[in-house]
Amino acid sequence: MPRAEILDEIIAARRRQRLWFRGRFILVWVVLVGILGVFLWSAGRVSLDFIFSSGPYILQGAGITILISVVAMVLAIVLALLGAVGRLSSNAIAFSVASLYVSLVRGTPLLVQIYFIYLALPQAGIILDPIPAGIIALGFNYGAYMTEIFRAGIQAVPRSQHEAAQALGMPERLAFRRIVLPQAVRIVIPAIGNDFIAMIKDSSLVSIIAIQELLWRASRVGRSERQVLAAITIAAVVYWGLTIVFSYFQDKLEQRMARGDR
Amino acid sequence: MTGQAADHPLPPHLGEVIVEARGIEKYFGDLHVLRGVDLDVRRREAVMIIGRSGSGKTTLLRCLNFLEEPTIGSVEIDGLRVEAAPLRARSRAHQEQIRQIRLRASMLFQEFALFPHMTVLGNCIEAPTRVRGLSHDEAVAVAEKYLEKVGMPEKRDEYPARLSGGQKQRVAIARALCMEPKVLLFDEPTSALDPELIGEVLNVMEELAHEGTTMIVVTHEMHFAREAADRVIFMEGGVIAEQGPPETILDSPQEDATKRFLRRFLEA
Repeated sequence: MPRAEILDEIIAARRRQRLWFRGRFILVWVVLVGILGVFLWSAGRVSLDFIFSSGPYILQGAGITILISVVAMVLAIVLALLGAVGRLSSNAIAFSVASLYVSLVRGTPLLVQIYFIYLALPQAGIILDPIPAGIIALGFNYGAYMTEIFRAGIQAVPRSQHEAAQALGMPERLAFRRIVLPQAVRIVIPAIGNDFIAMIKDSSLVSIIAIQELLWRASRVGRSERQVLAAITIAAVVYWGLTIVFSYFQDKLEQRMARGDR
Repeated sequence: MTGQAADHPLPPHLGEVIVEARGIEKYFGDLHVLRGVDLDVRRREAVMIIGRSGSGKTTLLRCLNFLEEPTIGSVEIDGLRVEAAPLRARSRAHQEQIRQIRLRASMLFQEFALFPHMTVLGNCIEAPTRVRGLSHDEAVAVAEKYLEKVGMPEKRDEYPARLSGGQKQRVAIARALCMEPKVLLFDEPTSALDPELIGEVLNVMEELAHEGTTMIVVTHEMHFAREAADRVIFMEGGVIAEQGPPETILDSPQEDATKRFLRRFLEA
């Protein structure tokens, strides 16, 4: 056989292998999820009526879930940036305040923080509506974790970049804002994406302060209609779907950033 | 220590003293890296510093624009004198003095340190617009002039990642020139380059030297030093062991340490 044909043959075989792998992958998922679904369906006596009547009501909670997650994420990024600058500061007060923030927030459960802001603060005269309270709790919590991500990202920018800016006579703040920070942001974007996906799921915790997001709606309507299994499963599937969608966008974003680096 | 002025007449093209370092000492912890260095550099002079690694030559260069703060000593560049004050390092007045020194003496790095998130042109106009206060158009005009000088005008819209090492270093030189400093400091500018790329950078530097750019260069390129230097300084053990015109230092050094260094260098 001529050489070119052999090469074509090899490439075609490789493609068949890849397709076959992918086919089996999809098959396994469909079979496993199908078995689980059928089992739950029959054992749980799920009513189709309930899914059609209450499904849309639960689904509407996804909007609130996304709203809370996005706003809390913006708050978290702002806090994380301030926290990271504080943690890297040679100013004792800035360093102490930032370290206290990280230690306190990472050292207490998110659920406790939600209760504290919504249920405990009113006793001190600070009364917040559920949605602002939930956003503040999530934002503060994630801000503390992301402080360490931003700190690591800033430290991962080569020291020579900072020195080059200094050598050009750039003042400290300008060098940070124009040279170090943009490079740090590129470094932390994958980690921030992961945290956003985690945030979507953790936002379910604010259902305990009566925010009408996905989980709250599912558990409410599930209990009143005695269809908890179906209701919670719908919520779970929606969370799963949301994280798959955002993971997809995260992959695309990372690919684009990688192209920027060339 | 051999004083240049005493032994050799000054070449006529040199101007007044523009860099004056006095009694520079530097400790890294217990390590005494610089043990009292005095250095005068005149306008339009090209000074090359040679010596084995660990002799303190890079540290000396970095002390001149306070990327390392000297432990003791003072640096005066073009009339601005800054005393080493490591304990006062965070006072605003001291910081500002150091920044002014850096505007007078710009550093080129072994690893180029171009800003990867900016184009070549962006690299060249960033500090001129935001530090020197030039308008965007003025800064672009200056940048184009110097990119032309280093032979890279057609690369102005590329990102650094698309350039070869030699091209990166030439852009870094253009970027430094855009600040129109009084003196250029080169820290082993060709040590990170593939051998075939060294020439293009040295050519640019040699041209700058012949045009009368004041420069202080830490280098291992003896041939380049011979061609472009007005003076060669040999450092050993944190002091200037010997200095003089290139042909004197490179061909007939007086000090044993210099002879040993050059002999080993020629063997290698």
